[in-house]
Amino acid sequence: MIDPAQGFLEEVSALSGQKVSACYYCLRCSAGCPSAYAMEFTPAQVLRMVQLGQKETLLKSPGIWLCIGCETCGSRCPNQIHAGAVMDALRQISVAEGVSAGEQKVYKLHRSFLDSIKWWGRLHELSMLVEYKLLSRDLIADLDMGAKMFLVGKIHPLPKRIRGIKEVGRLFREQGTR
Amino acid sequence: MTRQYAFYPGCTLHSTGAEFGASGEVVCEALGLEMVEIPDWNCCGASSAHSLDHELGLALPARNLFQAEGVGLESLAIPCAACYSKLAAAALALKEDEAFRGRMEGLLGKHYEGQVRPRSLLEVVVRDVPKEELRAKVVRPLKNLRVVGYYGCLLVRPPETTGLWDDPEHPRSLDEVVEWMGGEAVPWSYGVDCCGGSLTLNRSDVVVHLVDRLAEKAREAGADAMVTACPMCSANVDGRQLFRGGVPFLGKRPEAKAVPIFYFTELMALAYGLPMAKVLGKHYVDPRPLLDRLGLA
Repeated sequence: MIDPAQGFLEEVSALSGQKVSACYYCLRCSAGCPSAYAMEFTPAQVLRMVQLGQKETLLKSPGIWLCIGCETCGSRCPNQIHAGAVMDALRQISVAEGVSAGEQKVYKLHRSFLDSIKWWGRLHELSMLVEYKLLSRDLIADLDMGAKMFLVGKIHPLPKRIRGIKEVGRLFREQGTR
Repeated sequence: MTRQYAFYPGCTLHSTGAEFGASGEVVCEALGLEMVEIPDWNCCGASSAHSLDHELGLALPARNLFQAEGVGLESLAIPCAACYSKLAAAALALKEDEAFRGRMEGLLGKHYEGQVRPRSLLEVVVRDVPKEELRAKVVRPLKNLRVVGYYGCLLVRPPETTGLWDDPEHPRSLDEVVEWMGGEAVPWSYGVDCCGGSLTLNRSDVVVHLVDRLAEKAREAGADAMVTACPMCSANVDGRQLFRGGVPFLGKRPEAKAVPIFYFTELMALAYGLPMAKVLGKHYVDPRPLLDRLGLA
């Protein structure tokens, strides 16, 4: 019989390319993590929960969406485990399994950002922000900063599409990212 | 002497990181660093691609490496720290993961030689141009300007990706630039602490928390300003000290308490006496009162 805990550990290890089983809980990752203070489970706890197969709890966790990918954990781990890559894998699995993201706004910003690349090949801030604002229904926030950016010419009104947009489209399709 | 590089500008260089683009251009020209922009580049995917899909986070930057091979130059200079990190990670994956390389070659219909080496523009400036040359161009030393080097995350981390061109925990390259330009590099313990990057719009509370600590620690160390090589760090540290998210205009913080942040290329342009008036006016925290006070404007 396949142990379900083992199955989840193997799935996350394979997708992230990280040897999660090597974590011996020294907590260096969590001491240096800039967003650990806002997570319900620290990176070390997440690694332990992966070892124990706590799939359902992890995939629903808002904390996995607060990892910024700053690589502090991975650079400091004595066993070379990049906890950030593990967080990436957990998010990818949660999206693939249709679990509603614990931090909707974070998910929606990533979505809008990737849509901009899919459309134009490059990031076009204005259209990305409009999509994000509509998706997140967070219409008010940061209009002051946006106004300042516009005034100093940091936001371009019109996007420009790259010639190789079809190649970029192939990359998206190959990865199965909607 | 002219040195040639393939060049990946990245999406922010002419938008949210406009100060970096403009100052970088004049500094490279002054140093004889010729940048050949790679044709038809695409966005590297930044924090978003790898956050939702591991392989997409490598495939988007990898296409740029394929494009760069057409330029025929080995060094690929990248100003943005995040772009640099993503392209370097993709170069490593293409080198070590044969199956991934095969999939990319199939999708793009091109052979990958693996001859292009992604490098940070900061690395190019401090490692390729001799120190004496960098100093010789200084006409207006940044006298009495006290600056902390803010490296952030992805410029020097993780070591597997960067190849250790600077120390991942105690980097010095930005401090060296400050010293060579005649300023004073102030030591502090927060140079590689993250500013919150991609959470700036969707969890601005986290970013405000991190940025406030950075600014506070910079002031405690006795610095007048911070210096960076990352457009994301700059936008966050510059913008979030004043604009706090939430309801516009209500929560705005007084500018007097804020610490200005420069790109290293801005400090170099100032010291080299290159025109900077337009560029400096684009910052959120206006650095011009500080420069006026020190007689450096």
